[in-house]
Amino acid sequence: MKKTIRIGAGAAWWGDRVEPAQLNAEQGDLDYLCFETMAEATVSAAQVRARRDPTFQGYDTYLDDRMKAVLPGCMKRGTKIISNQGWINPDAAAQRVVHWLKELGYSGVKVASVNGSLITDKVLSLTDKILENGEPTHTLKESLISAEVYLGAEPIVEALRQGAQVVITGRVADPSLFMAPMMYEFNWDPADAKRLGQGMGVGHLMECGAQVTGGYFSDPGFKDVPDPWNFGFPIAEVSEDGTAVLSKVEGTGGAINLQTVKEQLLYEVHDPANYLTPDVVVDFTTAELREVGVNKVEVKNIGGKTRTPTLKVSMGCTEGFIGEDMFFYAGPGALRRAELAKKILNERFRIVKLKADEVRIDFLGINAIHGAATPKDAPEPYEVAVRVAARTKTREEAIKVGREVDGMAVSGIAHTGKRVPHAERTREIIGVWSSLVAREKVIPSIKYFES
Amino acid sequence: MKVKLQHIAHARSGDKGDISNIAVFAYEPEFYPLLKDQLTGDNLKAFYNGAIKGPVLRYLVDNVQALNFVCHGALGGGVSRSLCLDNYGKALSAAILGFEIEVPESLRSKLHGQNLII
Repeated sequence: MKKTIRIGAGAAWWGDRVEPAQLNAEQGDLDYLCFETMAEATVSAAQVRARRDPTFQGYDTYLDDRMKAVLPGCMKRGTKIISNQGWINPDAAAQRVVHWLKELGYSGVKVASVNGSLITDKVLSLTDKILENGEPTHTLKESLISAEVYLGAEPIVEALRQGAQVVITGRVADPSLFMAPMMYEFNWDPADAKRLGQGMGVGHLMECGAQVTGGYFSDPGFKDVPDPWNFGFPIAEVSEDGTAVLSKVEGTGGAINLQTVKEQLLYEVHDPANYLTPDVVVDFTTAELREVGVNKVEVKNIGGKTRTPTLKVSMGCTEGFIGEDMFFYAGPGALRRAELAKKILNERFRIVKLKADEVRIDFLGINAIHGAATPKDAPEPYEVAVRVAARTKTREEAIKVGREVDGMAVSGIAHTGKRVPHAERTREIIGVWSSLVAREKVIPSIKYFES
Repeated sequence: MKVKLQHIAHARSGDKGDISNIAVFAYEPEFYPLLKDQLTGDNLKAFYNGAIKGPVLRYLVDNVQALNFVCHGALGGGVSRSLCLDNYGKALSAAILGFEIEVPESLRSKLHGQNLII
């Protein structure tokens, strides 16, 4: 058995940069390179797109870019790849990886696809209440687009045992993508909550990529990091007990220190003693962090408790539309003109009988980000953008927002700046709701392909 | 002396549905008790002045000298439904850095961002 394994991050979301992944593949000396590319609404958005666009393959639209960038480095070093780029079609994504392996001249490489997360057709019979509002899940019957369970690490571990060098999944809990190689390499028992807790904790630190190496962190004068235009993605060197040292490729920008690691430790965490995952309940309150070198932080003693008997299921639903647009004022009196513009728009929405669940007209530069939390004594800016958005039941209503902003061009007030031509100004809302499903009702399946 | 929170702590926010968690981290161990005493859940909610609609739960995370505020109803009904330009609330944690906090004069030299103290 190996003493330590090196696991690197390749993506933290769909739109993430590709070059740090390539750098990790080429210079990270990695045993595993793991990609996380899904947000909460990714699966539902993919289902909607698949219905409308027959050319859409159902997997990460950057799959080609990512694989072309990392496969040569990974194949040279023998680095295995674990990735949730399969979205709603892991089989097609796995076959596409096989295509690129062949294209690049690597034959006999085993690629696995993990399915079983999508349960759209049976979710209403397997679930009871919506977690967010306590209503029965069958109230979503008419609007349901897609439902997917957050799978854990075990099917990935199985694929690795069968010799897969690349494992492509649909929805899997983000940290499980990174914990799976630890379970496999160190032969951890799925019931060993202590080890899995530490492993998932490390996975949690890795899954947002640069957010632990200085990304989403720099604050000039308070928290400065070197070369914030050139972040490396994190690498965890993990020991048999799960203790890990986080680092990054030499020469990259950013930083790994107690501050960056602490911030990421609690990122998207609610109760820090009970972070629910499919594999284990993680306890961050026992974590011990120690700087052991420049850009090296040791992470140990994250706790774990027995996993829950249920898995989280995410349900995407059609919920109407948002119409939005923006226009601008500058110079002395910019804010006064913006305030009159707001009044005009409110009157116009009344005249055209806009039917909206909510309308929001903000002044970008003053209150469009923090809203009511904006300090009353905030100084008046030189430039102000008026940003208007409304949530509606139909696209026809949502279109009215942009049409009324159009009117501001020649029927508005002095010095109105406007964007013409403009991009699409309406978008469909996919509301995401959650529920729980009994663990034994979800049976993942694995397919294998070879280059 | 009263200073803005940014001189004694850093912060990060994360989203889940309509909940934003705002984690606040003491720069120095000496600052952590000040955070615990003065930055209560009620104080944080009041500071956001209506931008957080629901309850705010505060968790103490002693091992990393941090407070984790779980703010319900902070994301306009949820990331996908929100009409806020910052629908993920990525910038939401920055507001709390303006919270005024009483710091003993003896800790003045430990404040971060010395050049930016006003």
